[in-house]
Amino acid sequence: MNATVALQRAPVSLAVYSMWRRELTRFWRQKSRLFGAVATPLIFWLVLGAGFGRSFSSSVATTDTSYLEYFFPGTVVLAVLFTAIYSTISVIEDRQEGFLQGVMVAPVSRGGIVAGKMLGATTLAIAQGILMLLVAPILGIPCSPLSLAYALLALFGVAFGLSGLGLMIAWTMDSTSGFHAIMNLLLMPMWLLSGAVFPISEAHPIIKVLMYANPLTYGVSAFRFGLYHNAETPPTPAAPITACILVTALFALAMVMGSIRLANRTSRNGR
Amino acid sequence: MSDWAIEVSDLTKSFGDRRALDRVDLDVESKHIAALLGPNGGGKTTLFRILATLLSPDSGSVRICGFDPVTAPDRVRRVVGVVFQSPSLDKKLTAAENLRHHGHLFGMRGRSLERRIGVMLERFNIDDRANDCVETLSGGLARRVEIAKGMLPGPNVLLLDEPSTGLDPVARLDLWRQLDDVRKSEGVAVLMTTHILDEAERCDRVTILDAGRVVAADTPSALKGQVGGEVIRIDTDEPQAIVDRVRQELNLSADVVGRTVRIESPQGAELIPKLAAVLSDQVQTITLGHPTLEDVFIQKTGRSFDRESEQ
Repeated sequence: MNATVALQRAPVSLAVYSMWRRELTRFWRQKSRLFGAVATPLIFWLVLGAGFGRSFSSSVATTDTSYLEYFFPGTVVLAVLFTAIYSTISVIEDRQEGFLQGVMVAPVSRGGIVAGKMLGATTLAIAQGILMLLVAPILGIPCSPLSLAYALLALFGVAFGLSGLGLMIAWTMDSTSGFHAIMNLLLMPMWLLSGAVFPISEAHPIIKVLMYANPLTYGVSAFRFGLYHNAETPPTPAAPITACILVTALFALAMVMGSIRLANRTSRNGR
Repeated sequence: MSDWAIEVSDLTKSFGDRRALDRVDLDVESKHIAALLGPNGGGKTTLFRILATLLSPDSGSVRICGFDPVTAPDRVRRVVGVVFQSPSLDKKLTAAENLRHHGHLFGMRGRSLERRIGVMLERFNIDDRANDCVETLSGGLARRVEIAKGMLPGPNVLLLDEPSTGLDPVARLDLWRQLDDVRKSEGVAVLMTTHILDEAERCDRVTILDAGRVVAADTPSALKGQVGGEVIRIDTDEPQAIVDRVRQELNLSADVVGRTVRIESPQGAELIPKLAAVLSDQVQTITLGHPTLEDVFIQKTGRSFDRESEQ
């Protein structure tokens, strides 16, 4: 004991690890979450993909992919979005159920707590993405280890960005009910206008502007591009691929740093 | 390190216009068990949160083992174990996992952490349930895990907010035994907030907090000694009539608390037959007792303790 008492602050890496591990354990023990996180995007994909397929066939099918295939990377991103967001909003429950107050009296930086939470959400989201990617070969997407590595890297950026965003929103909220409004008004539109559902080239000019302003557009583009790395005619990204990667990385960095700073700033007076 | 585990002087905290703490003084000696007694809304929880480094005071000074929670919160967090009124355990984790997580947050790890977890589980008699999810534990067991968690990093001071809330009488006694044991075995000072008089009676020192002010602070027996001798309680449907008759016919002063008339007197036993003779037709029961902390509270504030805490 004496050895640890001598230190003022506990090492942040241990706190990050512990928070990360807790997220994974909790996810694993809540079987409904496990099921919902896989099933929901798959149902989205099959129902929307099959339904929209007809009406979009003229525009997208010219690049000789079916709509179901076009919609597939968007579905993977949706799975990542769901998992990242629902994992991070659990910080609201942590606060309500009292768990967070026990964490707040530990001699560890709030940023470390938040970082662990974010890392946990990102890990779960990526795992979800990998699970979804198992469908890719069935669709005839020419996968290779390299293309999958590119795709996963892009997915990492997307997952970190969304986890950070989710945490920044959730940290200041008192109840989960408010979060659903955010989900419907901000996060779902973000996904819908990211090129996940329809290509940017087909959009109305005003929608186009929104899509270019949406950081997720570049993540989806980078992911799609990585996934089709081996294809003879890779899909055209929303911007030069380096720009897509850069925007995705910067967005992730901004969200991660933002949520850590927010947590550190609001550490006193109950928050 | 000083002999004082907690030293608070002239502490003030307001929320808007409401003054939650008004020039509060509080001292807790090392290895003592102290109670912060008062009705709900009296300022106990505000003081608790300041001591736990979760709230900043407006003015006044706070030292815990010599450290200031405002300027050195992490030092204070190192020496303080906190047990909140609402559960702070992760229900989806097991008891041992909760302890392990908490240990990590305090920089404990590896074999020394596992050893310490083992000691805590044994000390609080939860070793046979260590690998059960917390959501399957009873309220009493979960509270023990909470205290084990607070004690895990080996603090010098243990703060508890209303520790027996929601516990049945058996679990309450059990909790008391555990706290007394841990105080001896770990040499920790304990400060608990409570609105339960029996709980405060068992402490080395009681500080009574009402409307943000300290109205009395001493050992339970010294506090009770301040109330004159013995207390007679008369249960009745017409308290005011009794007070009037007692005043006219026996020349005694009495006060009314709810449907009970209280008379403080140095020679209570001698008064009982006289009272019984005078009031026989109007009373249900007459009891004679030594003063309790409730009598102290009534004497200091002029109000009933129970009625206040029900609000």
